[in-house]
Amino acid sequence: MTNKSMENLTRGIIRENPVLVMLLGMCPTLGVTTSAGNGLGMGLATLLVLMLSNIAIAAVKSFIPDIVRIPSFIVIIASFVTILEMLMQAYAPLMYDALGIYIPLIVVNCIILGRAEAFASKHSVFQSLLDAIGMGLGFTLALTLLGSLREMLGNGSLFGWSFLSENASPILLFIMPPGAFLALGGIIAVVNRLKGEK
Amino acid sequence: MSYLMIFITGIFVNNIILSQFLGICPFLGVSKKISTALGMGMAVTFVMTLSTVVTFLLYYTFLQPLGLQFMTTVAFILVIASLVQMVEIILKKSSPALYQALGIFLPLITTNCAVLGIAILTIQKNFSLIAGICYCLAAALGFTLAIVIFAGIRERLERTPIPKLMQGTPIVLITAALLSMAFMGFAGISY
Repeated sequence: MTNKSMENLTRGIIRENPVLVMLLGMCPTLGVTTSAGNGLGMGLATLLVLMLSNIAIAAVKSFIPDIVRIPSFIVIIASFVTILEMLMQAYAPLMYDALGIYIPLIVVNCIILGRAEAFASKHSVFQSLLDAIGMGLGFTLALTLLGSLREMLGNGSLFGWSFLSENASPILLFIMPPGAFLALGGIIAVVNRLKGEK
Repeated sequence: MSYLMIFITGIFVNNIILSQFLGICPFLGVSKKISTALGMGMAVTFVMTLSTVVTFLLYYTFLQPLGLQFMTTVAFILVIASLVQMVEIILKKSSPALYQALGIFLPLITTNCAVLGIAILTIQKNFSLIAGICYCLAAALGFTLAIVIFAGIRERLERTPIPKLMQGTPIVLITAALLSMAFMGFAGISY
C-alpha cells in the first residue's frame, strides 16, 4: 500500500477523529451512547453507510452536474440509510429498537455529507473507500469509548457484563442526558491535553 | 393526552436538545451571542412547523395509501431540503426584512437533524395533524428556549477565567450538562 493510501486510511481514526477532534455528528454521539453496545452498533451502522455512500459518490461524481451536487449526494445517502434501516429491522430488531430515531437520522449526520463533499467528490473510488473506513472507524471508536465510560460509571457494567456488587450503587446520572454532555466534555478535555503535548 | 400536555411536555420535560439530543450542532455552533441564538431559534421554529405540516400531508396522502412507508426517509429529507430552498427564495423576494433576520440560518437548517427528527417522530407517534403541530411547535420553542439560555450563559463565560484544560469545547459541554440537569427538574410535571 502506498503512503498516500495509508495516510487516507489512518487519518480519520485518531488525528482527524470526526467526533473528538472535528466535533461532527454530535447528535447520535450524545443520544445513543447510554451503553457501550449501543455506541458500537451506531458506529458500525454509520461506518457501513459511509463506506457505501463514499464508493457510490466517487463512482458517479463525473456524471453529476456541479449545481445539483448536494441534493444528489443526499438522495444517494438517504437510499443507503433506507436499505440499512430495513436490514436492521429484519436481522437486528433489538438494536433497531435501541437506536430508534437515530437510524433514519444517519442521513443528516454531517460526517457523511461532509466526507462526500470534501473527499469522495474529488478522489478515486478506492481512496474514497479507505477514507470512509478510517473516518467510520474513528466515529465507531469515539462512540464505543463514550458508551463504555457512561455504562461503567452509570450502570457499573461493560457491554452488559456487570462488575459491581449488588449493594453498590453506580452514578446513575451518567446514563441520563446530562451525563452525555459531562462524559464527552471530559473526554475532549483529555484529547485536547494530549494534542497539546505533541 | 391533551394538546396542552403535549405542548408543556415538549418544551420542558422532553426538551428536544437537552433530553432528546436533536439539533446539537446549531446548539453548540450558533450560541455565542443571544441575538444570533434568537434568530436561529426563530428560523428553526418557522422551518420546522412548515416542514412537519408538509411531510405530514405527504405521508398520509401519498406514502401510506400507496404502501410506500419505506420511502419515508428519502422523501422527507428531499421535501425538507427543497422546502428550505423555496422558503429562502420566497423570503428574499417578498420580505427582505425577515430575510435579513433569518437568511443566513436557513441553509444551515437543511442538515439540522431536529427538523427531520421531529417530522419522523410526528409520524411514529401517530399524532393527528393538530397534535402534530402542537408537538413540533413545542419542540421548536423548547429549542429556542434552550439555545437562548445557553447563549446567555456563554456570553458570561467569555469574561470568566477558565482553567486551560477546559477551555473551548469542554467547558461548553460541561455548561450544557448543567443546563440539562436543571431541565431534569421539570420531569416531575409530566403526566
